[in-house]
Amino acid sequence: MTSQTTSGQAYATERETTEGRVFTVTGGDWDRITESIDPLSNEKIVVNMGPQHPSTHGVLRLVLELEGETVTQCRPVVGYLHTGIEKNLEYRNWTQGVTFVTRMDYLSNMFNEVGYCLAVERLLGISDQITERTNTIRVMFMELQRIASHLVWLGTTGLELGAISMMLYGFREREYILDVFEETSGLRMNNGYIRPGGLAQDLPDSAVVKIRDFLKYMPKKLDEYEKLLTGQVIWQERTQGVAVLDVTGCLALGVTGPVLRAAGLAWDLRKTMPYCGYENYEFDVPTASTSDVWGRYQVRVAEIRESLKIIEQALDRLRPGPIWIEDKKIAWPAQLALGVDGLGNSLEHVAHIMGQSMEALIHHFKLVTEGFRVPPGQVYVALEHPRGELGVHAVSDGGTHPYRVHYRDPSFVNLQAIAPMAEGALLADVIAGGASLDPVMGGCDR
Amino acid sequence: MSTGPESDGGVPADMPVGAHLDAPAQTPPSPQKGMFGVQGTGDVSGFGGLARRRSVAADSPRPFGDYFDEVYDSLEEAYPGFADAVEKVVVDRGELTLHIKPERIAEVCQIMRDDESLRFELCSSVDAVDYLGTDSRRFHVSYQLTSMTYRRRVRLEAAVGDDQPLPSVTAVYPTADWQEREVYDMFGVVFTGHPNLTRILMPDDWEGYPQRKDYPLGGVPVQYKGAEIPPPDQRRVYQ
Repeated sequence: MTSQTTSGQAYATERETTEGRVFTVTGGDWDRITESIDPLSNEKIVVNMGPQHPSTHGVLRLVLELEGETVTQCRPVVGYLHTGIEKNLEYRNWTQGVTFVTRMDYLSNMFNEVGYCLAVERLLGISDQITERTNTIRVMFMELQRIASHLVWLGTTGLELGAISMMLYGFREREYILDVFEETSGLRMNNGYIRPGGLAQDLPDSAVVKIRDFLKYMPKKLDEYEKLLTGQVIWQERTQGVAVLDVTGCLALGVTGPVLRAAGLAWDLRKTMPYCGYENYEFDVPTASTSDVWGRYQVRVAEIRESLKIIEQALDRLRPGPIWIEDKKIAWPAQLALGVDGLGNSLEHVAHIMGQSMEALIHHFKLVTEGFRVPPGQVYVALEHPRGELGVHAVSDGGTHPYRVHYRDPSFVNLQAIAPMAEGALLADVIAGGASLDPVMGGCDR
Repeated sequence: MSTGPESDGGVPADMPVGAHLDAPAQTPPSPQKGMFGVQGTGDVSGFGGLARRRSVAADSPRPFGDYFDEVYDSLEEAYPGFADAVEKVVVDRGELTLHIKPERIAEVCQIMRDDESLRFELCSSVDAVDYLGTDSRRFHVSYQLTSMTYRRRVRLEAAVGDDQPLPSVTAVYPTADWQEREVYDMFGVVFTGHPNLTRILMPDDWEGYPQRKDYPLGGVPVQYKGAEIPPPDQRRVYQ
């Protein structure tokens, strides 16, 4: 027995009753009294959560120092998914870059592609030559991707907070969007669909039908989710007042996107610094004022509804027309068409370059193997990603390869907020808080 | 697989360098032969000997246009050491870049954030570019600042040479914490005053700075249907 215990006992005498031990406290320092009685309170545990923990959204590692169930220190460790994409880009031509950047944040690859292409187009000085149809399809696909990304967020967060059926619903509805992508680009994920100067191929009519069906189907499902979650007591208890981060905290830590909007600031780059013609669409920027996980949930669900509105307008505005810019020095020379052996160069194009025009063949060969040159300079393009501001800093030295491309990925920047959210909170709230940031480690580590 | 006499730890001696765990920064010796058996540059046009001159961004003349003049004047008014701090102003492709002396960068950021007429509340991004061979101060660290009040963007750029430290802006913009760590990790630029400047994406014991231009991409040749495809950094390029 230490002196602490005896000093504790001097002020808190104990006696056994039928309901357990009862202490009569008569004075003294409360902490010292509880310390002498409860052996757990001064026992610190360091818990290593991840990198293979199912509720860390990929390979995020959190080193948590716990006192009982309270987190006293949280140190996030990232980098397990670093694949050197930015370095690899420097060894490929500008068009090939799309194939790499789409693999960064794998849940919102359309945004990575559009960001990259907007940067290359601004470097080339052709931003205003992008056709109306291409811009409309880009907007539509970004919004479909935003819905898909938010659905995965809703599903995984539901799963982590105990609503397992939400995970099944979220992934089920996302499948409809992936079907549209597959119909158009041939791939469900990592599409490589958006290209500098245009799109890999035109949007087929069958995809338009699928999108229309999805627009009819999705609002009902959203109502179902809200019926399932919003009134749910466990969901409310796990999210309300949890992982609070106000506007000041968000801006200091560079946190943008739904987390910032849930803190009450209606900062959405689609409205404040429009690109791809977003200024021509009617939509609202949903906000909340609670700054907690609950607010972020409400903002994301409302954003899905707004995205549906934008997709509907984009479909109405879709007119037949070219998808590539007119400049033949940049536009991809091939015209893809579906043949008996799959997707490939159209027969007319092959006949043209192989039989009719030697110059067209040379031109095709040069553009495909060597690629176009981009005048030297640097640009920074930012767009509103499902998780916040996605920034692309692209530098050209005048060659056919990027000199440097850097992605300011919102997952990377937002993850810095996990420590201030977690410290002082309960261990269970670390899961809710971390999930509410919606980090995707492929984007974070690149 | 043949195991040579000088192999250790079960790694065959004829295995390409870089294919085992403890050789992260090395690439296999270049075979001096690209795809299709090409020797040298593979250039057949006759222009292969022409070196392309890398243009250095020039100072832009006044007026800069758009909101750029206003930002420039506001900073000049609010910051007494302005003439000493700003090296160059470049307006290109509708973007304003202020080249700042490296030792002044944290002060300038402080003014940019706090001054009433500037109000760049958000530091969107911090990253670096390695201009090896073009600039003696090879690492250009750029800070993309966003003013939410005025809806403006400005890029600050600070150039440092090898082993030259740069003041950290984490005291002004805490969000720069991880981003400066990434720049340190990838380029080896040291930020003085950073609370915890350690590697972030690469393992702690990694040697070398992967994003530097003199750091090889690494990679091993790939066998495909009997042919050997060289790694991307050794293929024929059209630069």
